[in-house]
Amino acid sequence: MVYKIEVKDSPGVFDAVGKGALKDIFDLGIKGVEDVFFAQAYTIEGQISEAQLKLICEELLIDKISQEYSVNPSGKPQSAGDKHIIEVAYNPGVMDPVEESALKGIKDLGIEGVVSFKTAKKYILQGKLSDSQVKTISEKLLYNKLIQHIVGAQGTGHRAQAEYKFKVINVDLLGASDKVLLDISKKGQLFLNLNEMLAIKKYFQKAGRNPTDLELETVAQTWSEHCMHKTFRGKIEYTEKIQNPKSKIQNKSQIQNPKIKIKKINNLLKSTIMKATKELKKPWCVSVFKDNSGIIEFDDKYNVCFKVETHNHPSALEPFGGANTGIGGVIRDPMGTGLGAKPVLNTDVFCFAPPDYPFSKLPKGTLHPKRVAKGVVSGVRDYGNKMGIPTVNGAVLFHDKFVGNPLVYCGTAGILPKEKSFKQVHTGDLVVVVGGRTGRDGIHGATFSSGELTHESETISSGAVQIGNPIQEKKMLDVILKARDENLYTAITDCGAGGLSSAVGEMGQELGAEVYLEKVPLKYDGLSYMEIWISESQERMTLSVPKENINRLLEIFAKENVEATVIGEFTNTKRLKLYYRGNLVCDLAMEFLHEGVPQIAKKAEFAIAKHREPAIRPAKNLTPQLLKLLSHYDICSKEWIIRQYDHEVQGGSVLKPLTGIVNDGPSDAAVVKPVLNSSKGLIISNGINFRYGFIDPYWMAFSCVEESLRQIIACGGSLKQVAILDNFCWGNPDKPDRLGGLVRASYGCYDAAKQFGVPFISGKDSLYNEFTVHGKSIAIPGTLLISAISVMDDVNKTVSMFAKNSGDLVYIIGQTKDELGGSHYFDLFNAIGNNVPKVDPKQAKKIFNALSRASDAGLIKAMHDCSDGGLAVAAAEMAFSGGLGMDIFLSEVPYQAQTERDDFILFSESNSRFIVEIEKNRQKQFENILKGLPFGLIGCINPQKQFRVFGLNGKACIDAGLAKLKESWQAPLRW
Amino acid sequence: MKKPRVCILRTAGTNCDKETAFAFEKAQAETELVHINQLVGGNKKLADYQILALPGGFSYGDDLGAGKILANELRFKLADDLKDFIKAGKLIIGICNGFQILVKSGLLPGNQNLAQESSLIINDSGKFEDRWVYLRAAKNSQRAALCVWAKDLPETIYLPVAHGEGKFITNNKITLSRLKENNQIVFQYCGQDGKSAGYPDNPNGSAESIAGICDLTGRILGLMPHPERHIDPAQHPRLVRDKKIKDGDGLQIFINGVEYCRKNL
Repeated sequence: MVYKIEVKDSPGVFDAVGKGALKDIFDLGIKGVEDVFFAQAYTIEGQISEAQLKLICEELLIDKISQEYSVNPSGKPQSAGDKHIIEVAYNPGVMDPVEESALKGIKDLGIEGVVSFKTAKKYILQGKLSDSQVKTISEKLLYNKLIQHIVGAQGTGHRAQAEYKFKVINVDLLGASDKVLLDISKKGQLFLNLNEMLAIKKYFQKAGRNPTDLELETVAQTWSEHCMHKTFRGKIEYTEKIQNPKSKIQNKSQIQNPKIKIKKINNLLKSTIMKATKELKKPWCVSVFKDNSGIIEFDDKYNVCFKVETHNHPSALEPFGGANTGIGGVIRDPMGTGLGAKPVLNTDVFCFAPPDYPFSKLPKGTLHPKRVAKGVVSGVRDYGNKMGIPTVNGAVLFHDKFVGNPLVYCGTAGILPKEKSFKQVHTGDLVVVVGGRTGRDGIHGATFSSGELTHESETISSGAVQIGNPIQEKKMLDVILKARDENLYTAITDCGAGGLSSAVGEMGQELGAEVYLEKVPLKYDGLSYMEIWISESQERMTLSVPKENINRLLEIFAKENVEATVIGEFTNTKRLKLYYRGNLVCDLAMEFLHEGVPQIAKKAEFAIAKHREPAIRPAKNLTPQLLKLLSHYDICSKEWIIRQYDHEVQGGSVLKPLTGIVNDGPSDAAVVKPVLNSSKGLIISNGINFRYGFIDPYWMAFSCVEESLRQIIACGGSLKQVAILDNFCWGNPDKPDRLGGLVRASYGCYDAAKQFGVPFISGKDSLYNEFTVHGKSIAIPGTLLISAISVMDDVNKTVSMFAKNSGDLVYIIGQTKDELGGSHYFDLFNAIGNNVPKVDPKQAKKIFNALSRASDAGLIKAMHDCSDGGLAVAAAEMAFSGGLGMDIFLSEVPYQAQTERDDFILFSESNSRFIVEIEKNRQKQFENILKGLPFGLIGCINPQKQFRVFGLNGKACIDAGLAKLKESWQAPLRW
Repeated sequence: MKKPRVCILRTAGTNCDKETAFAFEKAQAETELVHINQLVGGNKKLADYQILALPGGFSYGDDLGAGKILANELRFKLADDLKDFIKAGKLIIGICNGFQILVKSGLLPGNQNLAQESSLIINDSGKFEDRWVYLRAAKNSQRAALCVWAKDLPETIYLPVAHGEGKFITNNKITLSRLKENNQIVFQYCGQDGKSAGYPDNPNGSAESIAGICDLTGRILGLMPHPERHIDPAQHPRLVRDKKIKDGDGLQIFINGVEYCRKNL
């Protein structure tokens, strides 16, 4: 029997989901909806009695105090008159995360006969609406056809999965012409080029047979840009055109645009990012660029590891699911590092198109940026909060060009005992897959993210989109750490992109492995051997377990209801052999799989672009400009997002993302105590500014590194032990101009890391971020995220950014220059300019070290880094976050330029600058520490709630109440 | 002196277990993280502990309502053990998801047949929110006297909340007045000045600004805010640097529970 049950809020209970939907519909510009009601629908299948059904409904499905239910409400949802019913259910094959919990809950009631449990969401729209408006609301807001459907629309319900009939499929490569080879690659979504296809053909010619579909898929996945980073490891012929445009106002002491003389690059990664680490030889680097995340020392007992990934392509198509599985995936990186680390914090950085992007201009196949943003935030919230990992740090930036490719960076740091930092698979160890079951979800994720998106991506790549189940991952994590502490396994890795193919392939790289695919536990019947192998179903990890430990291992997993299954064995054949029901379906040499990819050769070109310098008339009153900057989407408060993340779970949060007299000011970085009974901490920060890349990716990269370090200093940290990660999100690297910028940014990374003495320990790139509509390609701005992790000796020395006491002195440290290129001030005038902020690393290091000493001595009451929006925005944020006024005198700002302009001093984004609050009686002590460095005593904190800036002529150029400033800053993203 | 033993109950999705254990240890208790399967399967016995702590998290993903499935497990699989535990005069604390479980299992506000009389439903804001709140815990009143967990607290304490379903409601007005009359309302959200205030001081729209209640014996406490997240001044959102302040506001709640066991059990 199939029962349909509908649960809704009792009369008088606030229907938060319905009202939320109502607000979103209004945002869509549809005015006719008067009200929205929400109901949860459940479909239960099984042999149960009336009484049992009643028990399930009353004791499990509803909250008796606030909800009521009805059974079998009349068949199909019926819309009538002004009442429009939209019921959204998951597509067959998509994991319904509630199902497992519900089935358990039903069993707990002592009821055994239920075989399936499905959920759906029902929205009842009240109002005069046309069919097309209902359709718009459904498609734009309520469901995503990649994973869901509207019930009753046409032939829905739960299609039974057909039983799979085994047949080995061979792909005819041996007889294929070049054209056919390319066809095979394209049709199979392998994203392999002709050279690569030829290399595969050659391998099989030697073997004297054609590959199976699975073998070809395995090679494609292993060789994908996503897994192999072919661009970074390939050969690049690089040419550079820099005229060194010496603009009039450029001062001689500034570093000129460096010319990179190298023309032929063999492995960009090794020549830049990894080279810096190698040359810096930091003794506290434990494992770099090897494992699933980079490891550094923490204290005598523990190491910490850190990894940041992107999940851009899936988030473009299905924001909730994409971000959800993005964070779920990066959490498994520390879990799969060494012998498994416990995740202690998350960081998330997003780039979207502006939320007020006109619907009429949206390219076909894209979702509106506001929906993307809301979906992504919900996805991160859902997974991070449910995993019990605090999301402590992040950033959100906006630009039109992210309309087809939003960027979703997710990062996780973990902590692990020193002696658990390395893994070693042994011959004879069993291959054990643990966690969730394998389904048809996420097929082709690795290869799909190695190509550009088109407006057809949403149909052809729908299999690559999934939703996660954080509780599955959480319980898996709990048991893994137990098994780790009992020394039950010798290696672990996650099944990420490429699924088992990637996990077993990597773990068995040195030795070889044999896997019996029919042993892999499946969500449902009907998967082919090939699908089992490459499925990217979430929440799975692979362990290598010595035979003598297997019983104990299986026992402890079973005790906490986590599946663990032996699916094969690591061998010494150096071959990957896969069997399905006794048939050999894959027999590949590990060496070919991992080393056989032909090195790619690409061309790269870089030319400095010349941008228009905006003609901005100097205004006497700059208050409106400050208000506009505070309302700039990049700068404004992200409180709406931050509060939805649990940033304090695990109890280690010290400096929270929001701080201030009413806890709503923007912290520069996060400080977390990963070991509760120790006062040692971690500082997590990020540097990102794609706007500088419009002018010169070299200085963008340099600035990103510098910014991430500046934030650490601003929180009371030091340069003593800082490690960084690089995450490049770029356009199509097959296009020389895109690749040219990437090369130049990489050199910026190298120089910055080297000069500041901060090694890269891990990184990741996401290329091909372009969206093709009718042959026209939109590339994202080349964007680099630098994520920094620093070990802090004593978290009690943490400094926060908000003004503390009236009468205290306000300083600026660092040199302000005419560096408004790429600034948010210029952006207000739709201009980019050319004077991009540069970095003087020697000077910057001196400033950083001096401020670290001052923090350490407890001199600093508050400190804030000057970044987006310059000194004016930084000082204003300090003032309104502390609820105290400020008087600032621009004549005291160390300023180096030919044009003396109030607006330039206020809004220039020169690097390596801080605003600092010092008590009057500490003035001497503080200034002593700063001797020889550029600094200015620029004002003081006043008890009035007024923020005033006096220009070079001594007259007030900004005069604004704190409430007004704060409102400008908080209003734009107060959704 | 023998330390009271605390059973920190965990299951799939529990995620504040370790810091709750740490807080109890700081309050001089002995703690053990116990999986629900161990209690249901009989490998561990509730009777061996003096305190049962239900920590925060998302037990079973909050699927079908926050705390619902674990609450049912307690009702249908551990009912007798729980009744004995309560009868023996032992203590229970439920924090956040733990409070949701206590309410949905009928252990709070508590009546003869453990029927559910109140609930914690989706916040008025419609979303999960993490923010710090002031709580009124009246000093020297009967209220403080009734709940053993709330002794010796200052007028107002400062703790973070982090939840999506924390709006306290009752089945009817009678229950609500009964809670007041019986002094079962232990914590109420308030402004910094200790007075009643609207959102966001009351972060979820709870009736009577209720943040925590106890049963009629005062030994079972449930609260939405997280006392374990403020046991150390370093956790304070404004980084209080007063050397005289040794502990965070939440620690006293754990000390109260532990001290009570020492003296009475």
